[in-house]
Amino acid sequence: MHEPFVPHSRRLWLYAFAALVLVFLVAPVFIVIPMSFSGAQFLTFPPESFSLRWYRNYLESPEWLAATWISLKAAVLTTLVATPLGIAAAYGLNASRTRLATMAQVALVTPLLIPVIILGVGVFYLYVQIGLVNTLLGLVLAHSILAIPFVMVTVTAGLRQFDLNQERVARSLGATRLRAFMTVTLPQLRNSIVAGGLFAFITSLDEVVIALFISSGPQSTLTRRMFSGLRDQVDPTIAAVSSLLIVLSVALLGTAQLLQRRR
Amino acid sequence: MASNRASVSIAFRSISKHYGTFKALDRIELEIEAGEFLTLLGPSGSGKTTLLMLLAGFARPSSGVIEVAGSDITRMPPHRRDFGVVFQNYALFPHMSVTENVGYPLRMRRCPREEIDRRVADALELVQLGHLAERRIDQLSGGQRQRIALARAVVFSPRVLLMDEPLSALDKKLREQMQIEIRHLHERLGITTIYVTHDQREALTMSDRVAVIDGGRLIQLEEPASLYAHPATRFVADFIGESTLLPVARQAGRFAYGEQPVSIANPVPPGAGEHWLVVRPERLVLLDGAAPDGINRFTGTVEDVVFQGETLLARVRLATGDMLSLRRDTRREVMAGLPRTGEPISLGLAAEETVIVPERAP
Repeated sequence: MHEPFVPHSRRLWLYAFAALVLVFLVAPVFIVIPMSFSGAQFLTFPPESFSLRWYRNYLESPEWLAATWISLKAAVLTTLVATPLGIAAAYGLNASRTRLATMAQVALVTPLLIPVIILGVGVFYLYVQIGLVNTLLGLVLAHSILAIPFVMVTVTAGLRQFDLNQERVARSLGATRLRAFMTVTLPQLRNSIVAGGLFAFITSLDEVVIALFISSGPQSTLTRRMFSGLRDQVDPTIAAVSSLLIVLSVALLGTAQLLQRRR
Repeated sequence: MASNRASVSIAFRSISKHYGTFKALDRIELEIEAGEFLTLLGPSGSGKTTLLMLLAGFARPSSGVIEVAGSDITRMPPHRRDFGVVFQNYALFPHMSVTENVGYPLRMRRCPREEIDRRVADALELVQLGHLAERRIDQLSGGQRQRIALARAVVFSPRVLLMDEPLSALDKKLREQMQIEIRHLHERLGITTIYVTHDQREALTMSDRVAVIDGGRLIQLEEPASLYAHPATRFVADFIGESTLLPVARQAGRFAYGEQPVSIANPVPPGAGEHWLVVRPERLVLLDGAAPDGINRFTGTVEDVVFQGETLLARVRLATGDMLSLRRDTRREVMAGLPRTGEPISLGLAAEETVIVPERAP
């Protein structure tokens, strides 16, 4: 590969532009986190005094903790549902080149392409009819639809680097197809799978639009409660919860990235 | 370690494999004797690997039957066939150590621990890599990986050993050494072995018999020496060894190159299409003066001479415009006797060395 040489001085505008984009992307984080340590009654920036009162408020509020518990349960269960299905989809689609497989692949990725609010409306009308509104099961299923493509994409990337001849050899050496998959393929996809699972977990944990439609009252998720809190009373507790979510997400995403790079 | 089971015969009975309208294999009939080392030789895309995959059980033929030791295994899943397979890229399991790799087939068969340890040690000894037992796969060289893959494929005393271009990733020296080693291993274990390669020299070096495959069809099945000496078609003559092909035509009951009748002491294989005179560069002799009876004579001028170490290759432009190649060894007296570039030259090909092949099989 021959790359034409462009001196750094003539690329300065590019660096500046990239820096601007990064600032724009990260700025909210640098506003929310200081706000969460504010001592004031309302969301203010920059904060005039500092305290941990909103964190205390969060930890002492039964509603916030109940919502947190719902969100964590939904996220864990979504991970448990979406990860095996995503692995199976990635494996099957990797092995097959038929037109049906291509269509299945498109269908599985569709939830990433259509606006979530459309999904939310659709899921809501469906759930009303089958009685899944405001249930944990309903939430987990809806979140799994969003999470499966993430698992599928990371596992597919892992499979690309995997030599399927290994599985063939294992089968010729006396392993059934399932056993060959479990003993040879799966262990080598481990990092991709953990990364995909973490993505699934975060997808569920951060999701708000579908939750707005199908989880309310005592079944509210954390994000849903934050959303309504923001609308009704502008409670700085939201900033504290956001900061905690940001830290958790960054930690999980960082882990996922590290695992993907290690393969 | 030697296989205590009797080796088995294999038979392909009218095997075809279609992908849509593409015929990857077309009615292959092939019988392999128990204990034989048979090579499937063909260019890439000829269908030789497909045939191996069918035999291993990774794919099913569109029609036809595969028999091993007289019983039909066409639809038997790979893990029950009891065949050792070695792939071109070795397909060692990188998340396991050398010992764990070689022990894998025994673990799948739920052998007792002590037996696994003993047989793995024996197999590693067989490929002379006992000292690498605890290594990780990524700490091995290409040649070592090749041997570990081989050890893993024979550790469970399989009925058949299948190898798909196992040496093509190695450099030339190592490849030639491994050819001999695999051949010795085969002699020691006596396992029926099917070996796939596109390298004709490798096929000639290693095999009891060579099956030449092209366009999904079995073109010729022969022992190496007679395959080289008596190719059945133009494709085989061109693919095996070096050769120049000169067009010949049948005139009054005998073949002639241009106006010149060709003396031939070999039967011409049956076939269709045009006919070709097969001239191997090392079978040509230098003539001075008139050609004795029974020697086909070709005259021309030396186009160029390429020195290649142990031999040299001279290209000769014939009066007809066709090119011939002549290979000579590079001893001083031989080189001194050769005409130089641009000088006239006269070449002879004995009737016993003269081979004519049809364009294609009947």
